[in-house]
Parts: sequence; structure tokens; C-alpha cells
Amino acid sequence: VFKRFVEIGRVAFISFGPHAGKLVAIVDVIDQNRALVDGPCSGVRRQAMPFKCMQLTDFVLKFPHSARQKCVRRAWEKENINEKWAATRWAKKIEAREKKAKMTDFDRYKVMKAKKMRNRIIKHEMKKLQKMSSKKGKKPEKSEKSEKAPKSEKAPKSEKAPKAQKAQK
Amino acid sequence: MAGEKAADEKKPGKRKTGEKKPAEQKAGQKEVGEKKKRAKKHHASRNPVLARGIGRYSRSAMYARKALYKRKYTAPETKIEKKKKEKPRATITKPVGGDKNGGSRVVKIRKMPRYYPTEDVPRKLLSHGKKPFSQHKRRLRASITPGTVLILLTGRHRGKRVVFLKQLDTGLLLVTGPLAVNRVPLRRAHQKFVIATSTKVDISGVKIPKHLTDAYFKKKRLRKPKHQEGEIFDTEKEKYEITEQRKSDQKVVDSQVLACIKKVPQLRGYLRSTFCLSNGVYPHKLVF
Repeated sequence: VFKRFVEIGRVAFISFGPHAGKLVAIVDVIDQNRALVDGPCSGVRRQAMPFKCMQLTDFVLKFPHSARQKCVRRAWEKENINEKWAATRWAKKIEAREKKAKMTDFDRYKVMKAKKMRNRIIKHEMKKLQKMSSKKGKKPEKSEKSEKAPKSEKAPKSEKAPKAQKAQK
Repeated sequence: MAGEKAADEKKPGKRKTGEKKPAEQKAGQKEVGEKKKRAKKHHASRNPVLARGIGRYSRSAMYARKALYKRKYTAPETKIEKKKKEKPRATITKPVGGDKNGGSRVVKIRKMPRYYPTEDVPRKLLSHGKKPFSQHKRRLRASITPGTVLILLTGRHRGKRVVFLKQLDTGLLLVTGPLAVNRVPLRRAHQKFVIATSTKVDISGVKIPKHLTDAYFKKKRLRKPKHQEGEIFDTEKEKYEITEQRKSDQKVVDSQVLACIKKVPQLRGYLRSTFCLSNGVYPHKLVF
């Protein structure tokens, strides 16, 4: 049922407070509500932090409890947590949310145009498939195969919208 | 030490000729003479303060201390002579018609008032800093710079995105569609009723003609009160006609602005679209 546990070396994401948005490693547990936490590679000083503001990630580092910052840093860099984190969906969602909030009026217009174009292409393909399947009612495999085709077309087009945002940053 | 310096500078033209030369070269530049030099060098107050508002020495003592008996200036004579010459004419001789009237009369130019009101107008209290509109300070938001894309919020062009050119003397913003893009001509817009986006067009090369001022854009109203009721409607300009000058000015400015717009991809389409709110869109959350 529970997959992520509070343990020594668990990397956590701070959700609110002064260090909101940063990653830290749990170095030791102080009591039921607080942990000794350290984020040498993310700019968080070693300090006590309540569990409530931490959200556990999938990453666990190996270091003994109450290890000093140097050891935590070594383990962090060995596991390359920063890069792994940036590759997770969680981090990407956060980044997309930030980008969306920073969109200017011109960016919104460009996104609207890109979405419109993409939807048109998709609709076009769908109409084609519907026509085909209505014409030849007996060949279900062909429609299955061609349904896979627009999905692969979707992937390059979904890149277009965030690309358009990125290009204008 | 300051006193010595003071003494040195006071001496040009007065006593020591030896020291005069370097000092005189300085004085030579401002050839009003010693007066200017002396006026430049200000002595600190010679009246030490005992308590706030109370000095050590009386008026007469200060007169002596400041050596005002030595410093009596009279205005140069030439000015008085000039003023005496420049007295304005008080009377004028005018020709008078009719025979046996003598040819002319001597008439006063400034006549005495023919009516004195029973109650004098009370003296107004001194006011300070009340300026007429023409002298007001014009401000411009930092987010609005030449070339910024603005969103008009009021008027017949509301919702349209428009390019800002410059601020006019009354503080209104000179703005253009350009006309070919969204049918907004060279027009004035008010700063307060405009959203400044962060999109900027590089308008540095665009030359705006000098005659586009507030007077050029001001609405023209005919005022001929000779008509009494009846036919007032005809004389008022109901239909606004676009003059040829406006068209030519529009062309001149727009051709330059359009060239700048074409350099940015998708900007033309952006200016053609209008701004609107829909569900879930909150202006205070939007970044413009």
C-alpha cells in the first residue's frame, strides 16, 4: 500500500515554507514530527524540518544516519539526483505549470494557434479513418493499425505546443 | 585660513598689484568686476545664534558688523534713462468727421472705469502649486515604451491590440493599428484605459512626422451661434470625414511600422486578433 517510506537517505521534495520547491535528503529523525534534513546540492542548510512540508520522492541515498554534509553531498552527486529528478514526470509537471503561469499574452496567442493547427490535423486524420471504416465495415484490423498512426503523429505535435512556449522564452 | 583666502580674493583691483595678476585672470573671465567676485564668496552668518530665532546682535550691530555702510548700491543710471524713455503713450489723437468740429480730438488710451461695484471683491488667499493643465507633469508607466503592444480597453476599438508610438504633450498615447492590420488608425489613447503587454516591437528606426500633435487630433467643433434654434443640425459636422492628410500620414507611419512587424513571426496575426476573457481566465492572474 505504501511504497515510499521515511528513512535515512530518503530524498524529499519541500512543498511549502521558505524552501518550497527544493529537494532535501532526510539525515535523521528527531521525533514524531520533525526530521533533520540536509540539501547540500539544492541550497538548503542542514536543519530540522517538519514532515508535513515534505513530500517523499522515489529516490533513496545511502549514507549512515547523522552523516555530515560532505557525505550527504557525495552520495547525492554519486546518484546524480538532480538529473534524475529533472527527468521525472513530477518535476516536468512542475516546470510546465510554471511556464504556463509565466506565459505572456503573445505566448498565449501562439499556443492557441499551435493547438488549433494540431487539432485540425488530428481531426482530419480521424475523419479519414471514419470514412474508411464506414466504407469497408469488415476490416477492423486496418482501422486498428491506422489508429496507431495518429497516436504517433500526436507525439510530435504535443512537442510543438511546449516547444512554441520554450522558443519564446 | 578661510579669512586669508577671503582677503586674497577681495584684493583684485584694490591693493596689491602683485597678487592681482592670477586673480585678475579669473576676474577677467567674468568682466562684471569686483562686485561679482565679492558676491560669489559668501561669509557665514556673522550673527551667532543664542537660541532658535534669537541672534546675539541687534539690527544696528549687525549693520555695523556686515559693513553695510560701505555697501550701498545704486542702480546704474542708464536703466533709469531707458525707463524714462519707454513710458507708454497715454493719449492718442484721432480724426473726427463733420465740419466745424476741428479735425481731431485727443483721446485717452486707458480710460477711467465707468462702474465701481458696491462691494469689493474679497482678497483671495494665497495658494501654491496650482498649475493649469498645460503645465502639469506628464507621467508614463514604465511598462509602456515606444513599440509596446497595447490592448485598448475602451472606445470603439476595445479589445484590439495596437502598437504604441509615442506620448503626446497632453499625456495621451499616440497609437496605430497599423490600419492594414486591424483597422485602427493613428489615434490617441489614454494611458489608464490600456493594458501594456510585455511584447515590444523594435520601432527605433521609425520616424514619426512632427506635425502629429494634440492639435492635429483634437475634435473640431463649429461654433456659429448666429443660427437661432431651427437649423442648428445642418451646420454641425455629423459625419466625420477622413481628410487626405490623415490618409497620407497614416501611410507614411504604417509603412515603416509594418516593416518592423513583419520581422517578428506571428506578430501580424497577433495584432489582428482581439483580446477577450473567457471562463477560468482571471485578469489578476494573467501575465501580460
